[in-house]
Amino acid sequence: MQMDVKGITIRQALNFLEQGKCSSKELVAELIRVIGECDGDIGAYLAVDEEYALDQAVLADTIREQGGKGKLLGVPIAIKDILNIRGQPCTCASRILDGYISPYDATVIALLRKEGAVFLGRTNMDEFAMGGSTENSAYKITRNPHDLDCVPGGSSGGSAAAVAAGEAVAALGSDTGGSIRQPAAFCGCVGVKPSYGRVSRYGLVAFASSLDQIGPITKDVYDAALMLEVMSGHDNKDSTSVDMPVPDYNVLLKKDLKGMKLGLPREYFVDGMDGDVRDNVLLAVEQCRSLGAEIIDTSLPHTEYAIATYYIIATAEASANLARFDGVRYGRRAENVENVLELYGKTRAQGFGPEVKRRIILGTYVLSGGYYEAYYQCGQKARTLIRGDFERVFQQCDALLTPTTPTAAFGLGEKTKDPLKMYLGDIFTATANLAGICGISVPCGVTKKGLPVGLQVLGPPFKEEDILRVAYAYEQSVK
Amino acid sequence: MSDRDKIDAGKMDVAYVARLARLHLSEDEITTLQSQLDQIIGYVKKIDQLDLSGIEPTSHAWPVQNIFRKDDVMPGIDHESIMTNAPSQISGQFCVPRIIE
Repeated sequence: MQMDVKGITIRQALNFLEQGKCSSKELVAELIRVIGECDGDIGAYLAVDEEYALDQAVLADTIREQGGKGKLLGVPIAIKDILNIRGQPCTCASRILDGYISPYDATVIALLRKEGAVFLGRTNMDEFAMGGSTENSAYKITRNPHDLDCVPGGSSGGSAAAVAAGEAVAALGSDTGGSIRQPAAFCGCVGVKPSYGRVSRYGLVAFASSLDQIGPITKDVYDAALMLEVMSGHDNKDSTSVDMPVPDYNVLLKKDLKGMKLGLPREYFVDGMDGDVRDNVLLAVEQCRSLGAEIIDTSLPHTEYAIATYYIIATAEASANLARFDGVRYGRRAENVENVLELYGKTRAQGFGPEVKRRIILGTYVLSGGYYEAYYQCGQKARTLIRGDFERVFQQCDALLTPTTPTAAFGLGEKTKDPLKMYLGDIFTATANLAGICGISVPCGVTKKGLPVGLQVLGPPFKEEDILRVAYAYEQSVK
Repeated sequence: MSDRDKIDAGKMDVAYVARLARLHLSEDEITTLQSQLDQIIGYVKKIDQLDLSGIEPTSHAWPVQNIFRKDDVMPGIDHESIMTNAPSQISGQFCVPRIIE
């Protein structure tokens, strides 16, 4: 078998498999070897169940031999450990889910399984997806493959690091305020946050239900389009999934941007952002112009209120969603308790880490008597204004170009003592979740230190084909 | 005291909120959270600068209403595989400390 398994894309893997140049079993075995070699340094995975992965690969090979088809048949994919895979643990990188085994498949897992994907392992993350550095995992830290002293971003940091280090062909992540796009940017991968309702959230452990979406983290835009097509669609099990047709995203990819109007929101190019990031993104903007796009200056005036709004709404929803972790039905339970209140209080005290506790307290506070109107309801109204900003600009342009993050990957430990500083890093990504629009991060050069920079393309709800087209045309033109 | 006054007073009673959240916190945790959350709430108050009069709240970004499925009997997850995750059980039922004396 002659292949560079670390750099292999889904498209290349499918070609190898179709041409019989390798089997899925060989591909999985080779990746397990790479994981054994690299993951001690990177720490992308919480667990790789080799037997489970190889069994699925053998099954995919058998299906292929018998003439069976599948859009991802035999392709090994890493899964953020917040998605339920039947018969596998699902920890959300939290101690409170110690010992839990998923009794069912999340809808995205079922859809990928149906197309023949092989689940290679469960990736590290910030506990319950709360964080931007993967340092909030209860189990371990993950390092950025481009610089081992830097964070991979988060919360889907394990998924992004696995793809960047060549320890997975592609991965799934989840994005509540940037948790796919930011680690994709930090690790030099492609990451998509679909429009709210595009992908079923059934089987995704809920953080903030009105903001969460599941999406792919891949090595290129083609792979992201392919995975998104498989994952998208209406699901009876998620009443917020929207019943709209799923386009064949790959067919709609083009190499030019003729006729497209792309907006530059001035609030996303602020003083104080990293100069290297700004320069690389502005070069990418020029590249888009040379591909035929018309570039328009635009404004999203309520951007500066996005982080305040986001941390009210996200923590409020989280405090309600995490009420289910009480030690009664699954996971960890505190011992030596006198009564049921003590059972709840101690189980949660022992099971949750500091960031989760911080957010539960903040979320409970903004929903509590006397504060609900002042915080939560004002947050929801501010959300209307932020969403209105996007509705207005999308009447003038097809998509927006922005940096994904204000800086490239930061150092391990650099922000752990200052939660607010960590939160402010979400400024360019959280807006898309509040507005329910779609976004993609695609690599656009590196800083002087050699760290990847992400170009974010934001599009109107259910216009994933447009942001994929922009990202693809840009990516192909700079290859 | 109106809501606005309370916000202006600006202090969260972390120990009280922790009780509401069914979360035991140590004294050290309360002290740390108090200072961190005062800072975070100080920042979040930024939204007070906005004129929100007459603005409708957004609870979901993509408005959907009254989603019903057909009222058909469908197989669910079987009882046994749910109960394998129970920290404590007796005859297929979750076991908790006595609630009613």
